[in-house]
Amino acid sequence: MSSVNLTIDGKPVQAEADATILETARRAGIKIPTLCYLEELNVIGACRLCLVRVEGARALQPACVARVAEGMVVRTNTPDVLQARRLNLELILSNHPRECLTCPRNNNCELQQLAADFGLEEIRFEGEITPYPVDDSSPALVRDPRKCVLCRRCVAVCEQVQGVSAISVQERGFNTIVAPAFLDPLGSVACVNCGQCALVCPTAAIHEKDQTAAVWAALADPQKHVVVQTAPAVRVSIGEMFGLKPGEVVTGKLVAALRHLGFDRVFDTDFSADLTIMEEGSELLSRLKEGGRLPLITSCSPGWIKFIEHFYPALLSNLSTCKSPQQMFGALAKTYYAQKAGIDPADIFVVSIMPCTAKKFEAGRPEMNSSGYQDVDVVLTTRELGKMLKQAGVDFDSLSEEEYDDPLGISTGAGVIFGATGGVMEAALRTAYELVTGETLEPVDFTAVRGMAGVKEAAVNLNGTELKLAVAHGLGNARKVLDAVSSGEKTFHFIEIMCCPGGCIGGGGQPIPTNTEIRAKRIAGIYRADREMPRRKSHENPAVQALYKEFLEQPLGYKSHELLHTHYEPRGQF
Amino acid sequence: MVDSKEWEELLARHRDQPAALIQVLHRAQEMHGYLPREVLKEISAALNVPLSKVYGVVSFYSFFTTSPKGRHQISLCKGTACYVRGTNQLLDQLERELGLKPGETTADGEFSLSVVRCLGACGLGPVMMIDDDVYARVVPERLAQILDNYRLAGRQAKGA
Repeated sequence: MSSVNLTIDGKPVQAEADATILETARRAGIKIPTLCYLEELNVIGACRLCLVRVEGARALQPACVARVAEGMVVRTNTPDVLQARRLNLELILSNHPRECLTCPRNNNCELQQLAADFGLEEIRFEGEITPYPVDDSSPALVRDPRKCVLCRRCVAVCEQVQGVSAISVQERGFNTIVAPAFLDPLGSVACVNCGQCALVCPTAAIHEKDQTAAVWAALADPQKHVVVQTAPAVRVSIGEMFGLKPGEVVTGKLVAALRHLGFDRVFDTDFSADLTIMEEGSELLSRLKEGGRLPLITSCSPGWIKFIEHFYPALLSNLSTCKSPQQMFGALAKTYYAQKAGIDPADIFVVSIMPCTAKKFEAGRPEMNSSGYQDVDVVLTTRELGKMLKQAGVDFDSLSEEEYDDPLGISTGAGVIFGATGGVMEAALRTAYELVTGETLEPVDFTAVRGMAGVKEAAVNLNGTELKLAVAHGLGNARKVLDAVSSGEKTFHFIEIMCCPGGCIGGGGQPIPTNTEIRAKRIAGIYRADREMPRRKSHENPAVQALYKEFLEQPLGYKSHELLHTHYEPRGQF
Repeated sequence: MVDSKEWEELLARHRDQPAALIQVLHRAQEMHGYLPREVLKEISAALNVPLSKVYGVVSFYSFFTTSPKGRHQISLCKGTACYVRGTNQLLDQLERELGLKPGETTADGEFSLSVVRCLGACGLGPVMMIDDDVYARVVPERLAQILDNYRLAGRQAKGA
């Protein structure tokens, strides 16, 4: 690609010939405001907040779509540019409800930030506000069309990253709305609840369903024994809610904060992640040995599960029957733990802290009641926990680190890497290798399955058997692998699929912003946390060993099937 | 009645052709009279276009309709010239006469009403079209008579 020379605000810069003015300016350290722009996904020049002056051009140009040219002279901050952008922002705000003080995205809203950056002191236009009602039909996500600026970022992610297209742009003109076909409620269509739309929404037009009130109520109820589990990915992201760096490992502070809120026991989903490896690893070995259905595909990610139920029902019997770690935890908390602690399971209230909006749906699936009660009572996202901690006045960074409670808080490094793409695969390999070969694995790292490549393939030799592996994250990438498997183009023994880009650390319930750079930092945090664990293989988890000895007896045993395994149902593509 | 063989062939001809969406929707509306939910699902599956996008196109273009149309299509022009010459009074009268709003169809399936922008006959405003017939300089008092002609035409056609 040839390069061109241009100047931006008098500064000479060089750029590739097909670069946009926006990219070029950003590389040169010049900030141009954007709203509808989402790198590589939504580049449509719709919001007109990135207008710049290009000398010789008839009108102001949108920097996100305008290409550079040799000798171009660009001005990003002349009075006419600033005035035009301000006018456009005022027009966008003219039909936006001014409810910032009570908005779920208060202080974390791109539109609010733009108004602040532009120094708006008055909004001169007062337009009609869209009459479309709030849609809270989904168990995971709420759509508020009044707050939608029609940037289409959610539509782009749903289609291009996830390959789901549950929502698109409907109607036109003032009646335009982002919604499912026929303006059907989100809860009734093939939405997988992944929440990637909520992550990229600049406002509160799509956000998680807030269930903090139910948790406050349980904590205040003296009759309830309230236990909490924390997903692997939360410990490398919750700090961001309090100004800490993305990827900073804050496990001990997280435990202290939860205890401070009043949870009776603070447990760890990493424990049941280790347990998942025991069950799923055994399932893999048994399918290999007994000629069961292959490839075996992981089942930890509830967005992925709903996706395959809608779009690839023919492959449902390839799914591991293992419940996700969240649901294994819930089932054990109200059986094994209840017995051990001598508490009536009816009084146990299980709260999950998850990086995920789809977990809210998963907890409500009717079959997830193998303890005799709903196994997990309430799922909160990382963002909701952050809000609770702020309400409680927790000064997160100054907390002293604390340890998880016994026994469901004991875990290994294999459990924590579930939070990153490739982690379940790697954790399974660490255990399967030792179980099959009888040798100690050293070093334990399987780096071939790590990293942000959309689809990763690897092979590993297990006692003379070559295991072919694939790892995909983001449902668009999952489609590629599934199509290759369905057509017979590729053969694998074991596939890990995570719904969200980067795995759970990039989940739809994580702090906003979540972008490529932040995902990479959280992944680095996950592997740091793994390295710091004294034990790094699931089968070495003493609490899991005790669980089998005292209660479950053996992987894939009778009790495991009762409590830890599940089934799936085809849902139809519409 | 829809010729199901022709319908199947249309879908088969455009299988996995997202770019054919608009022409298939056109044809589908011709064949079915409108675009019901099940038809859009079939199109979505055949052309491999997500249903949300199919509906996005259908709801964008006022040409497409997801509700059944009447036997006679009334188009009332609300372009500037017709508007200043009294379209609104005509519209009021039509709504009273037929008991419906623009975009709706009478309960007996006789008439559908839509408001359009400029039929290109501004000098003749206010202009109304029923099916392919153009009515110029329409005044509310003439409406009942005009509509009756279509009702009559329908009865005669049935009797014939």
